Order: sequence, then structure tokens, then C-alpha cells
Amino acid sequence: MGIRIALAGNPNCGKTTLFNALTGSNQFVGNWPGVTVEYKEGKYKGDKEVTIVDLPGIYSLSPYTLEEVVSRNYLIDEKPNAIINVIDGTNLERNLYLTTQVVELGIPVVIAINMMDVVEKNGDKINTKRLAEEIGVPVFEISALKNRGLKEIVDAGVKAAKEAKPQSPKHRFDGSVEHALAHIEELCLHNVSDENVQRWYSIKLFERDEKIQEKLGLSSDVISHIEQDIQSCEKEMDDDSESIITGERYNYIGTIIDGCVKKAAKGMTISDKIDQVVTNRFLALPIFAIVMWLVYYISVTTVGGWATDWANDGVFGDGWHLFAIGSSDYADAADEFAANQLIVDGYDVYVEENGTEPTGDFDYPVEDEETLEVSYETASLEDYEAAKAYVESTEEPDPADYGIWIPGVPVFVESALDAINCNDVVKSLVLDGIVAGVGAVLGFVPQILILFIFLAFLESCGYMARVAFIMDRIFRKFGLSGKSFIPMLIGTGCGIPGIMASRTIENDRDRKMTIMTTTFIPCGAKLPFIAMVAGAIFGGASWVAPSAYFLGIFAIIVSGIMLKKTKLFAGDPAPFVMELPAYHWPTVGNVLRSMWERGWSFIKKAGTIILLSTIVIWFLTFFGFVDGAFTMLEEDQIDHSILAMLGKCLAWIFIPLGFGDWEATVASITGLVAKENIVGTLGIIYGASGDVYATMAQAFTAASGFAFLAFNLLCAPCFAAMGAIKREMNNTKWFWTAIGYQCGFAWIIGLIVYQVGKVFTGEGFTFGTIFGIAAICALLYGLFRKDKYNK
Amino acid sequence: MTLRDVNVGETVKVKKIDGEGAVKRRIMDMGITKGVEIYVRKIAPLGDPIEVTVRGYELSVRKADGEMIVVE
Repeated sequence: MGIRIALAGNPNCGKTTLFNALTGSNQFVGNWPGVTVEYKEGKYKGDKEVTIVDLPGIYSLSPYTLEEVVSRNYLIDEKPNAIINVIDGTNLERNLYLTTQVVELGIPVVIAINMMDVVEKNGDKINTKRLAEEIGVPVFEISALKNRGLKEIVDAGVKAAKEAKPQSPKHRFDGSVEHALAHIEELCLHNVSDENVQRWYSIKLFERDEKIQEKLGLSSDVISHIEQDIQSCEKEMDDDSESIITGERYNYIGTIIDGCVKKAAKGMTISDKIDQVVTNRFLALPIFAIVMWLVYYISVTTVGGWATDWANDGVFGDGWHLFAIGSSDYADAADEFAANQLIVDGYDVYVEENGTEPTGDFDYPVEDEETLEVSYETASLEDYEAAKAYVESTEEPDPADYGIWIPGVPVFVESALDAINCNDVVKSLVLDGIVAGVGAVLGFVPQILILFIFLAFLESCGYMARVAFIMDRIFRKFGLSGKSFIPMLIGTGCGIPGIMASRTIENDRDRKMTIMTTTFIPCGAKLPFIAMVAGAIFGGASWVAPSAYFLGIFAIIVSGIMLKKTKLFAGDPAPFVMELPAYHWPTVGNVLRSMWERGWSFIKKAGTIILLSTIVIWFLTFFGFVDGAFTMLEEDQIDHSILAMLGKCLAWIFIPLGFGDWEATVASITGLVAKENIVGTLGIIYGASGDVYATMAQAFTAASGFAFLAFNLLCAPCFAAMGAIKREMNNTKWFWTAIGYQCGFAWIIGLIVYQVGKVFTGEGFTFGTIFGIAAICALLYGLFRKDKYNK
Repeated sequence: MTLRDVNVGETVKVKKIDGEGAVKRRIMDMGITKGVEIYVRKIAPLGDPIEVTVRGYELSVRKADGEMIVVE
């Protein structure tokens, strides 16, 4: 029979470091069922029979936070064989508060006073022997960081587990409290079979803990009976029951500490000095800006951007140069060749169109790869001759000539499939469905990993708490946490790591709100689409791109305020009483481990949904009816696809938004695979008749064009981001709520933009304008109605 | 007087905690109970929340929540 030992302790007490040191790589990381709280267990390195469960970091066993409820339910219902209570030696007073509650559960407890190295460095003295006597629990000095005392603490835990001697607290409350507790025990706890935990239950009932009342199934009769006991005690002590219990616990700790701890005369610690600068009234914001800029610059702009390009365009694209050697030379050569080729092609087009050769300068088209925008450049006849000579004398550059060229997975797979004469359908399924889907999952992993190095560092060094401290005032108005700043900032680069970054927000509601709103910010993949709309419909107007960001910020603020007042986010207001832990250097091992755990959980939990949905869209895009026969399609036959049929069926949804045709609908659907696909799809659909931009300009008015843009910016993000949302929500209902809300909100904004926009673009007041105004009123109502769920 | 009215750099003693429910419990769980001394360290750059030292560690409290803490 194995032994299960639970690690319990405050946040920032070094519990995770201890857990990692004890279990090494033998870890299982997941979630507690149905909630976003992380669950971790692992086998002890020294004895595989010992399982160690890492409970969430908690300050108390109150019924008010998810972490605390999860922890106490585990301790009561699953009954681990022993508890190792981890305590930060530099802050005994508050850490022991949890201890006073843990020892009441009837489970054997041993105490590990962690960070002893820091305690000694500070010159403080802890009399552990006396402490052990006072609390009635074995106490050990350890340092998880320095690997000190680890074997001893587990051995003690195992010994306590084997002896299975129920823990009973030495602490007694004031006489009148004890009197009430005895009454409660007598009255309603005789059904609780395990008498060791009866004291804990009676204290909880004394505190009027509703979750426990429910759990024990007490009748209202019994509850009102207990109420008399509680009230008479409250009257005697002139305070409410919860205050009495917490107050007495802290007073008790005070008496223990006085006898056991000798603090060295305390000057300013290094941490104090750092904090004086970092959260200084004048320096805090500039320092914050620099830190955020660094995080963004490295994880989005430079290293993270390179990593994503490498993964998407290299590994899951054509291929890449090993160590990037030769990449830029090849790029230069390829650009030069392409530029010359364009002139030669342009000449041929001229001849074809005019039936005669140009006699002087002629214009030729240049298409932007990302946005499909076509511009014209002029070449002279000399340019043409030079280009022709260049193209004839030079071969098209081959990347393999410029360095060690490694073909991408699709190229490799394609040649393998060709080699075995694979059926076209299977080949397309593998390449455009499976490989593309796997690419969509793995392509974002390098960037996620890079971002998570930063987040793990910021979290474990203590700066993350300061981020919340600095930004709280702005974000709390929208039901968000100060820490929501980071997900939104990262979201401007890519929504997936942005959503994953919400993991650092402790409060459940703040986190869910952040997950739901982060993708409103235009990510990098939406930029080509924004540029396309700006170029084709608004003649390249410079206000379009900034307006997309304003729209995103507007959507976050409005959603935050509206959602906060809904039943979804109802309940007691979340307290923001946050510890600002001392600064310290994190260890490389812990940072890397945290990075890897999060990256891996994205692959595991988000991977399936991304892969499946990519394959479904592949099928819809590449199959359809041509002349009445069901067949596989070429890429440019998208108008025959099932997707197009689907688009025709669904287009009516967008009629009120001004773009109720199948082309825009299909483009929006392919945007779910990846937002930049919208550009490609529109290119194929509108490109059939020649100029993409001109055709698009005819298909949309200014009002419907902007509505189309607004809808696609705000509606459900790409499948990869949806996978991330699913992973972070860890709850199907919440996942669909988020996606549904985003699509609904996007639709309403699109409606307002189109119907009200029409008035200002010369179409005047129409019947539809009424609906636009009604939608505005609905939004205003959502914003300003009374908040009946929160005070 | 409540914690909200205390100037930076002052030390006060907690008289009682008003209010109820999660916020009140959390404040008490974090060690702000009757009789404890609180030192107000600083105010966040945007004017809220405040940072206090209580029971030997640093804690951040919103001004609105600070109103629940009656001090002298």
C-alpha cells in the first residue's frame, strides 16, 4: 500500500521548489476536476511507494477562494496519510496561521520550516524544539533551494503516516468559545464517523461556514439551534464568530513566536531596497514600461517572432537553413531574381494586352504577398533588357546552394507520399489536413515557451505581484486584474500565448474575464487582413489600422463592465488583499520546469481540438460538387466546395451586417483556421475576375466593409486560440460561453457599424437604422444598468 | 478613522474590522486582526492600492477595502 503525503503551505513559501526537489521528473500535472486550479502529484525520488501531492498555495482553509476549497475538500475527503506543512521561515507569524488550522484535521502533520538559509543569513534564530513542543508537531529545518534537510522531512512524513496517530491540536480557544464548540459537537457531529476531524467541523460550524453546513446536511432546526450558541458566545466576546476565531489564532501564534523566535535587529533588507526603487511613486511606471517592453520585444518581436516564423514557415513550411546560415544571402538572391522576373513577366503581359511591344516605359504590377495589394511600377526598355538578360543568364536561386537547407515537414511528407504514388485524396488529407493541423498546434509552441520563461521568472522573482499592485487601479474597473495587462500586451502579438499568460492571475473570475476578452486585441495574424480592408475598401486610409486597436480596447472595456454585472460573474466581490512577497532570484531549474509544463499542457489539452477542426475545414474546403458529381477540388475551385454551400446557407446571418454573401461568410469561416487565411480566401474568390482589390471594393461599401472588419476582429479567434481558451477554462460550459459571447458581441458591433454607418455614408436613415440604434441602447443598458449581483 | 485615512509612514493599531463575507475574512486571514499594528509603507503610483507592513510582511490593500479596517 502506497503512502500519500500532501504538501500544504502559503503561496511563496517555496512549496513548489520543495515539490520539484522531492519528485524530480516523476510528476503528473493536471487540473483539479472542473476547475482551473492546478493539480500536481509526483513520486518521491527516494521511495516510489511515496506519492507527494502538491496542494495549491493557500493562506487559510476558508470557504471563499477556489484554491482553499479545493485544498480542504481534498484533505477531508481524500485523507492523505500525512501532511507536510511548509512554512516560510522568514515569515513565521502568518505562515503558522494555516498551521493552526491544518492540525485540526486529524491527519498526522509534520512541519518543514523552509528558507532556513535566508533566516540564518538575516541573523534570526528559531528555537525549533520549543516550537515543536508548543504546537505538538515535529518541526524540521529545511532549505528546498539548497537541498538541505529534504530526506529528513520526508522520512518524518512517512514515519508519521505509518504511525497514523491522529493529530490533535494543543491550542484551546477562549472558554466561552470552547463551550460553544463542545455544544456543536454534541449536537450535530455524532454522525461524522471520524471523530478526529470533529473538532475541525465544529469550528467551521461555529464560523457559520455554509459549505460545511451543506456538506453535513444539517436541518434548519439544528442550524438555528447552533445559532443560539454562537450568538451567546458572540455577545459575551463582543465580536462576530469569524473574527473571534481568527483573532484568537493570531494571538495564540503571537505567544508561541515570542518564546521561539529571536529576530536580529532589522535594518533594510535587500528586498526592501529593491522595492523602494521598483514601486517608487515616480520610477514605478517607467520601470514597469521597460520591463513590459523587454518582455514584448523578446517574446513577440524578436526571439519569439523568429521562433514562430521558423516553426511555421520553416519546419511546417518550405524549409529552413540550419542555424540560419545563408538565409539572408538566399533571401537577397531570391528577391533580386523575383524583381527581375516581374519586369519580364510585366513585359509579356503588356504585349498580350496591347498586341504590340511597348515603345517606351511601361507599367507592370507588383503584388504584396501578405495583403495581396497590387501596385504598379514603371520600367524602361533598358530595364527590361537588363532584367531579361539577368533572368536568362541566372537560374532561379535554390536555397540548398546557400547553406545547409532542411526541407520543411510538408515538403518532406509530400515527397514521401509521391514516392509511394499516394492517392490524391489521401495526400491532400495528410498535407492540408493533418500536417497543417499539427503545424498549427506546434507552430506556436516555441513562442509560448519563450514567453513562459519570462512569466515564470517574473512570477518567481516577485515582480508579478508588483505588476498587479501598479496596474490594479486601471483594470479593476473592468472586472480585470492588474495582471491582465500582460495577457493583453502579449495578445497584440499572438492571442495564444496571451490567453495562456492569464494563468498568472490567481482570482478565478478575473482570469475567466481575461481569457474571454484577450483576443479582442488585434493579433499579428489579423494585420494583413486589416491592411487588405484598408487598401481595398478605404483606399489605403491610415486611420483603419489604429481604429482596429481602438475597437479592441473598446471591446475589452465594454465587455468587462457588462459581463461584471451578469449572473456569470455574480457572487461576492473578489478581495484584493495581496501579499507582496520578498524579491529573490528564481532557480533556472524551476523556471524551465514551469515553462515546459505550460507548453506541454497546451500541446496536450489544446492539440486535439485544433487538429480536428483543421481537418474538418480541410474537408469542407477541398470537396464539393462539380457538374453534379462529388469530387475533390483544386484550391481555386473553392466556389464549388461544401464550404461555399455552407456559406450560402449561413450568409443570411450577416445580411443585417451588410455582408450577407457567401464570399464574405466563407472567408470568415476559413479565418477560424488562421486569421491570415481570410486574405488568402478572399484572394482566391475575388481573384477569379482579375483584380482582387477592385472586386472587393465593389462587393463592399464603406459601412459594410468596416462591419466585416469589425466582425472578424472580434468574433471567435482561430482554432489554436480556441484550444488555448478551452485549456485555460478547463470547463466545456465556460469554453462555449466565451466563444458564444465573442461571436455575439462581434455580431452586435458589426450591426451597429453597418446600420449606423450607413446614415453617415450617404444612405440616410433607413428601416435598419432603428435596429442599429436599438443595439446601441442595449449596449448602454448593459453598461449602466444597476449591478444587482454585486454590491 | 480607517486605514484609508492613514498617511504614508504612519503606524496605527487596528480597532476592529467592519463588513462581512469574503473580503473581511480574507483581510483577517492575512493577519489584520484586532490589536495588530499596521505600518503604511506607500501608495501605488496611480494612487491606489496602498502597501502596508503587517506581522512582518508586505501586503497590498485597496483603499476601498481599507475603509473596512477601523484603526487608531
